[in-house]
Formats: sequence, C-alpha cells, structure tokens
Amino acid sequence: MTTHVAHPDLPPPSTSIGAIAWLRANLFSSWLNSLLTLGSVYLLYLTIPPLISWALINADWVGTSREACESGGACWVFVGVRMNQFMYGLYPETEYWRINLAAVLLVVLMTPLFIKRFPWKRWLVPFVLFGYPVIAFVLFSGGVLGLEYVETSRWGGLTLTLILSSVGMAASLPLGIVLALGRRSHMPIVKSLSVVFIEFWRGVPLITVLFMSSVMLPLFLPEGTHFDKLLRAMIGIALFQSAYMAEVVRSGLQAIPKGQYEAAQALGLSYWQSMGLIILPQALKLVIPGIVNTFIALFKDTTLVLIIGLFDMLAMIQAALADPNWLGYAVEGLTFAALVYWVFCFSMSRYSLALERKLHTGHAR
Amino acid sequence: MTTTRWVIGLGAALTLSGAVHAGATLDAVKSKGFVQCGVSTGLPGFSSADDKGRFTGIDVDMCRAVAAAIFGDAEKVKYNPLTAKERFTALQSGEIDMLPRNTTWTYTRDTSLGLNFTGVNYYDGQGFLVTKNLGVKSALEMDGASFCIQAGTTTELNLADYFRSNKMNYTPITFDTSDQTIKAFEAGRCDALTSDQSQLYALRIKLSDPKSAVVLPEVISKEPLGPVVRQGDDEWFNVVKWSLYAMVNAEELGVTSANVDEMKASSTDPNVRRLLGVEGVKGEWMGLPDDWGYNIIKQVGNYGEAFDRNVGAGSALGIARGLNALWSKGGLQYAPPIR
Repeated sequence: MTTHVAHPDLPPPSTSIGAIAWLRANLFSSWLNSLLTLGSVYLLYLTIPPLISWALINADWVGTSREACESGGACWVFVGVRMNQFMYGLYPETEYWRINLAAVLLVVLMTPLFIKRFPWKRWLVPFVLFGYPVIAFVLFSGGVLGLEYVETSRWGGLTLTLILSSVGMAASLPLGIVLALGRRSHMPIVKSLSVVFIEFWRGVPLITVLFMSSVMLPLFLPEGTHFDKLLRAMIGIALFQSAYMAEVVRSGLQAIPKGQYEAAQALGLSYWQSMGLIILPQALKLVIPGIVNTFIALFKDTTLVLIIGLFDMLAMIQAALADPNWLGYAVEGLTFAALVYWVFCFSMSRYSLALERKLHTGHAR
Repeated sequence: MTTTRWVIGLGAALTLSGAVHAGATLDAVKSKGFVQCGVSTGLPGFSSADDKGRFTGIDVDMCRAVAAAIFGDAEKVKYNPLTAKERFTALQSGEIDMLPRNTTWTYTRDTSLGLNFTGVNYYDGQGFLVTKNLGVKSALEMDGASFCIQAGTTTELNLADYFRSNKMNYTPITFDTSDQTIKAFEAGRCDALTSDQSQLYALRIKLSDPKSAVVLPEVISKEPLGPVVRQGDDEWFNVVKWSLYAMVNAEELGVTSANVDEMKASSTDPNVRRLLGVEGVKGEWMGLPDDWGYNIIKQVGNYGEAFDRNVGAGSALGIARGLNALWSKGGLQYAPPIR
C-alpha cells in the first residue's frame, strides 16, 4: 500500500521574500520611488562619510591642549578638557560631590515611583516635590551644616539647566492646573484674573521676561536689596510656563464630556472632589502629549538665560569658546550641546509615550 | 535705542537719588571683605574662564588690582559675568562695585547714566585684517577692495566714513556673526576683514593658518575701554582710578612683580619709593594701607605685565602694544605721577 506523501511546500520565489522583496516593495516600487531612493543614497553618500571621518575617524580624543588637535578632524579634546565646566559650571571643584550627591539622591527617590506596587508612594511623592528641593538647595548653596557657601552666580553648566527646567516643570504644572480651573470657573473675579494672567504671560516673549527680571527689576527695588538673579529667572520661567500649561490643561478639561461633570454633581461630590476624583485624572491623561511638549520646549528655552549672564550649559560652552587658548572650536562645542539636549528631549518624549500606553483606557484611537 | 536710553536714564535717576553719601562703596567693600566685579561673560583676553574655572584677562586684572590695593589680596574678588545689555543696570543698582567690561568711554555713557569712567585700560579701535599675499602695508592702499563686516555694528559706519573722507571706493560684504565673517574671509570672499583690533587678533586665531594674515597698523575709530564706577562716590572713584595708574606708573619706573621686593628694600628712586608706599605719600588719603601700590605690583604686576600675559606677546592673541604702549614709547598710556 502506498501512502501518499505530500510534496513539501516549495519556498516562496526568492523575489518575494527577504531583503530583495523588502527592497522592491519599499524602495523601488515605481520609477519615481527608485529615483528618490537613488537620490537619497547619493545625498547620504555626500554627507555621512565626511561627517563620520570628521567626528570619529580623524578626530582627536586625548590630550590637554590645542596642540593635541593636529589631525584636522573634530577636536574632542576641547570638550574633554571642559567637561567638568559643562556639567558643573564654575562651581568649586572640591564641592562637586554635593551636586553628585543631590543627583544620586534624586535617582534613589524617583526609582520607587516607577515601581508599580511600591507601598509608600503616598508619602514619597510629596517628599520629592517639597522636601527634596529644600535638601538640594541646602546642598547646592551651602552656608549651613559646615558646607562652604557657594553663591548662585557660580552655579552653572548642565546642573543649572536641570535646576531651571525641573523648577520650571514642578512649578508650572500645579500653577497651570489652578489657572486652567480658574479660567473655566463661574466666579467672575477668579475667571478674569486667570484670563488676564494667562494672556499677559502668553503675550510676552520669554526673552522679555528674563530681561525685565534682570535689567528693570533691580532699578525699582530699594537700593541695597539684592534679589538673586537666578531666583528672578526661575520665577520668570515658572510664571511664563504656567500660562502655557494652563491652556494645555484647559484643552483637556474641555475634552471631557459634560455628562462626567453632571454625574459627579449627581453623586453629591463637591467642586474639589469632582475635579480631583473625576475630571482632572481623565483630563490630564488626555493631555500628556501637550504637557510633555511644553516640558520639552521649557527644557530648551532655559538656554535663553544666557542673555542675562547665567551660565547654563550652552552659555558655559560659549564662555569656553572665548578662552584665548581654545579659540575656534565652536563646532565641537555646539555639536556636544546638541547631542546632550537631544538625549534629554528624546528621553522625555519616549517616557511620555510609555506613560500614555500605561494609562491607556480606551480613549486613544 | 532712544527707549533704552530713557529707561537707563530713569534708572540712573532713581539710583542717584539714593546714593549721594561719598565713601559708602569702599566701606561696604571693606566690611563684606571682597570686591564685586562685573566682567564680560566671555571675551578672549579681556575676561574668560579658563579650564579650571578661574577668570583671567586684562579686565579681570583690574578687579584683582583693586582687591590687592584694598585687602592686600588679589583673590578677594567675586565676579559677576554680565552681558552687554545688563552691565550698566548691575552697576547702577549696586549689584556690583566696579565694571571693567570692555566698555567704550563715550560722552553719552559718561554723562547720562550716572556713571563715571575711571581711566583707560585698553585703547581699542577699528582696524583691518588682510592676508599676507595681498601685500598691503596700509589701509590707504586699499582703494576698491572688498570688506567682510559684521552687520548692524558701528564698524560698518566707521568704514563708510573712513573711505568717504579718503575719497576711496570699497565693497562691503556683511554677515550676521563674527564666526561667519572670519569663515568668509578665510574662503577668500573679501580682501580684508574689519572690526575692533582686539577682536581681529582673536578672529585671526580661528584661521587654519593664523600666520597667513596680518593686522594693519591703522586704527580708524576711537574705542577707549575702561573700568566704570557709580557717579557720586569720589573716594571709590579714586581707588579704582589710582589702582590703574599705579600699574602704568610701575611699568614706566621698571617695577615688576619679579623685582618689586628688591625695589622696595633697596631702590633709592623717590618715585619708586612713593609708588611702593615707602615714603612721601599716605595710603590713608584714599582709605587704603600705605603699601597699596606694592600689593598691586606684587600680586597682579605692572600694566605691561598684565598686557603681555592676557592679550600681548605672552598670550595666544599676540596683540602688538600699539596705542597701548607707554607714552614714552610712542603709545597713549600715561599716568599722573604718584607724589
């Protein structure tokens, strides 16, 4: 008896699987696409090899002075020599550990917040928001507990960028929520105050705010009152960003169907209860992309403080470029800055995507 | 521009009304224990932070000289890096005590801002950078040449004036930033680059072969740069003014940071002895210790040393003394005698 043995399946034709098929489908599907592909490859050929040879192959990596940069490629020695300043600004070298300690502390405090079932989140969150800034300020500024006093004009570099942006973020979100609620309030005074505040701060450029705070304000204060320049900039940035944040949050509030408000009222919840338990959790979840967008813009906007003589990372790089021993390495310095800013902004946007997925409860399409 | 002046003027008026008591600044500086000094956020040779974070530069040395004169310690300075726009406000509002920040001494600034210029620590002026191959020895040979200029600066106007008054033609090629200007010059888009002379030397370093270009000796505008203090505090004005003069006098008398101890012990020149506080004059007339001059020279050096170290032959910039040579050597640096 012969049993029927099925002929084994033939492999698909070689042109419809693997790399060739992918190329045909995605890069050469029509004569126009083929042309575009070839054009793009040519453009990449023109730009990428010289870039790689400048940035990596011909670059100088080790050394301590500009004499080490003879190969004609990028001079990363400049960035290396100045790295401490780019990170810590003009902070005294012996006191770097204080900044490092504050950074480690922040990481240690933040990690449990990302663990789903961590039991003491209820206590940790307020501590990170209100306790930690005090600890960080004491560490950075010193003057107590035997720490050497370091005036804010010596704070700088990436440290200052992060201080400015985290203060801006931490202050602008709650302020923005309050303003957004105020703008939708039925109480005429609250409403008009919120509208005036939001429209005023949205109506002026951040540069103007910073200029006013650093150039005009000191003239109107009584002589001898010194109001720290960094503090002035922080307040300016926080107020400015909170106006933007308010509008982002308001867009979320408007997206919540009226039935939700009415249901909350029907349950007998007070205004704050219904906002805190029903409306805001939904609204804030909806506007995560908008909030993160504002945060990223804020992070990059902090570079504007260089026009009032605060040394954030970009300003620190520009200051390093003025060192007579290192003139002419602007491209290296600015490339480094771009890379650092990109890493931070890209991480923020990835985090926001992850957060959206985690909180996804059916609204997204 | 008018608005800015008006605003600054208003600020000056507000500040002045509060600051008529003379001598307050020196007392305040003594009691807080340091000089608060406004410097540039970064200008090669004038004020820049080195890789250890220390400020250096010829403007910074003015701060150090004043600190040395008052405290006998040039390190007792705190620096406020300031941008060009906020510098006068910082001084008017009392945030800083003195402002050596490559600030050009002009009539408007001296008279309408409630400020005083204490002297000139660097005579700057607009000059020309040309390639050696061009073979030009003087700007007057440059009829019909093209110039790379940074747009929107007084440089443009000065150049126009200079060529019109000499009845010559030129082609301006303008750029937004000084970096673009020097790149264009290097690429051969213009015959010469014009800017303030101190800038030209800094730009020259950015060329791939700095030796291929030279700065012409001509200066076509006056940019005297000097330290600024608040108007109405004459005692403090004197301290800053004479700190600079002591440095210039020291160079003239041949006193340097290296030989100042020897000079103090053995010099018989009455000028040197007065400068170093050994005889004749009293520091207390300014509210300072008698050896204020000695401390400046010992810790900061004389004017020539400061110039060489920061912008001159001993620095990466390599600026020629030119107008900043002593009056006895064909320059403009001249200090009244200490007697």
